[in-house]
Amino acid sequence: MALLQISEPGESPNPHQRRIAVGIDLGTTHSLVACVRHGVAECLPDAQGAVILPSVVRYLADGGRKIGAEAQVALALDPENTIASVKRFMGRSLSDVAGADKLPYRFADHPGMLGLHTAQGEKSPVEVSADILATLRYRAEDTMGDDLFGAVITVPAYFDDAQRQATKDAAQLAGLNVLRLIHEPTAAAIAYGLDNGSEGVYAIYDLGGGTFDISILRLTRGVFEVVATGGDSALGGDDYDQALADWVMAHAGRTVSSPADKAALKQAARRCKEALSATDSVAFQAQLTGSELVFDVTISDFEAATQALTARTLTAVRQALRDAQLTVQEVQGVVMVGGSTRMPQVQRAVGSYFGRAPLNNLNPDEVVALGAALQANQLAGNNAGGDLLLLDVIPLSLGLETMGGLVERIVPRNETIPTAKAQDFTTYQDGQTALALHVVQGERDLVADCRSLARFELRGIPPMAAGAARIRVTFTVDADGLLSVSALEQGSGVEAHIDVKPSYGLADDQIARMLQDSFTTAEADMQARALVEARVDADRMLLATHSALSADGDLLAVDERDAVDALMAALRTISTCDEAAQIEAATQALAKGTEAFAALRMNRGILKALAGKNIAAV
Amino acid sequence: MNLQSSDFELFGLPARFAQERAEIDQRWKDLQRETHPDRFAAQGAAAQRLAMQWSVRINEAYQRLKDPIKRAAYLCELRGAPVNAENNTAMPAAFLMQQMAWREALDDAGSVAELGGLEQQIMASRASALQACATLLDDQGDAQGAVQQVRALMFIQRFNHDLQTRQERLETAQRGQ
Repeated sequence: MALLQISEPGESPNPHQRRIAVGIDLGTTHSLVACVRHGVAECLPDAQGAVILPSVVRYLADGGRKIGAEAQVALALDPENTIASVKRFMGRSLSDVAGADKLPYRFADHPGMLGLHTAQGEKSPVEVSADILATLRYRAEDTMGDDLFGAVITVPAYFDDAQRQATKDAAQLAGLNVLRLIHEPTAAAIAYGLDNGSEGVYAIYDLGGGTFDISILRLTRGVFEVVATGGDSALGGDDYDQALADWVMAHAGRTVSSPADKAALKQAARRCKEALSATDSVAFQAQLTGSELVFDVTISDFEAATQALTARTLTAVRQALRDAQLTVQEVQGVVMVGGSTRMPQVQRAVGSYFGRAPLNNLNPDEVVALGAALQANQLAGNNAGGDLLLLDVIPLSLGLETMGGLVERIVPRNETIPTAKAQDFTTYQDGQTALALHVVQGERDLVADCRSLARFELRGIPPMAAGAARIRVTFTVDADGLLSVSALEQGSGVEAHIDVKPSYGLADDQIARMLQDSFTTAEADMQARALVEARVDADRMLLATHSALSADGDLLAVDERDAVDALMAALRTISTCDEAAQIEAATQALAKGTEAFAALRMNRGILKALAGKNIAAV
Repeated sequence: MNLQSSDFELFGLPARFAQERAEIDQRWKDLQRETHPDRFAAQGAAAQRLAMQWSVRINEAYQRLKDPIKRAAYLCELRGAPVNAENNTAMPAAFLMQQMAWREALDDAGSVAELGGLEQQIMASRASALQACATLLDDQGDAQGAVQQVRALMFIQRFNHDLQTRQERLETAQRGQ
């Protein structure tokens, strides 16, 4: 029998015993939302019972928009206004997108991120993604019958800083409180790890529609430690379709040139590929201009035609194992993620490389969202005694441009995040008073071969002889894998700082403009929403303080405790008023008033972690 | 305990060179369990900032403690004998001769098997330099002497990196045939 809980006299019981936190897989071809219900993670279906939301958004001339399956049916009908696979454009400029000329969109070229001209004007990929995320948010809120506390959103492990930031901006635009961005393969591992209670080293092989990720994880008593990650952000199921189509054309002695025929071939290749997951031989059928092409394809033909692609994935696997300093024999299991791992030749190649049958008992389409939901539940504090801890890494090295266009690496790839690294630089010329810093990401030695993330300047350095200034540049990467950089001239204390964001992503005022433009945000709605958000934040802060006090209240002296109690009482009273700004101020006051308490708690936690160990070590 | 505590204090380990890697790994995970920002995701921005500072500090200490060369260099510095690798590259003549011989062997090696032989030599040198570090730091209290060994280890590490790169290139070429 469950025991009823009675709160201490004078203390209010928790207003929400459980916070609704969801996991969202924002995929290239489709997206899903999952939530932990009754202790089990499950994907939430829409009103029609479908859990998969095609990642397609159509903008209509009358101002309406269609999202998901309703948009997908219009792909051929209204290609310019129907945006599919928008994930490929996140944080990308036009020159970054391979084969952009083959796509039906009217692109707008911008230095940071490209835009798409639609019947509703120019749309940023961030806005398109936000429409998909908002659809999933509403689905979750309708299903759970409550506002969302927050969401964990997955990104490919190989996403760079620009792509991550764009994803986070999209979530903000969709009104989601992002608890964390986590890597898709890591999310998959969580889904598997918790189900199977596994320990040891695991490889996660994630072949999606457009990207390939490989992650090597070590699992020990609830700690998911990512040891190395690697991949190819432009290799996926789409390339297998293309290779199959090319093979058929070569063997049938045919060529095509019209865009319509090319599209028909691609569609036919996709159907043929999917059929070959179940049978050994199938007829490749495509309706081309003038005649129908029919050609028999066996699974071994398909395998031969795509061998080079599968080999490329295994090269990345080899590199990741090398980075992890592990051998194939030390890997205890291989988890398959992504719809493209359904191809039998991929299963076979991976199985034979690792010398063991891959794990594929969870639905490869759903596993990422399920893992994200488990992590979201944990981060929201629902799984109080939960001991799941995720220690993830940064996938690509971060550095600075130095003389001669060379990269000085500051944070090497596969460092556990959060991390901060500092390096000292100096001036090149006598009397130099400013220093231009160019932040890049990538593994190559030349700046030209890496991705440029940001440029900023440190000004006001006192004139000195060349080489006399000591400029310490610090790179900080947070738990979402996002970078900020600061520079400090040690002698004079002159400082400059940049959150590596405005040069490619969206500045906060741009986000604000989009929010204004958005269909949910007429002036009155904006105010209502601000008020709701202020109250949710106040609630969150009160709850957090409440549970901190019940756990470690003894750390505070009586007067300190009284001060915190007074701030809490004040916030409780104010949060019933209708002024968002007042509520925010009171929330801030409580946050500020509990900073010292938080520091005391952190210290206690560390001492607890070390307790009983020092004796053995001395 | 504060952010300025030494890596050893932070991890509750004696400040010496000889360490059990498994012990370092375990403490790292125990400490991250208490400080990682994920543990404070529902507790507002101030708690996140504090957790981030601690988590970063613990990762920094972990990177230094788990790598024997960084650990040795850190101990030398704690004991007043900084390695200053970038400013001071003077090495004994015998060591430099050895380096040159290795470089030549690396340039001449035409097969993975030949590189394997060279790799064994490098690993043996590395092991003996690490052993010397342990003796100098833990038994003889000679940080100045250990600095020389740390510099040698840095040379060996760089050479080993070049050797691995070469090996990968040869392996890739062999697979391609």
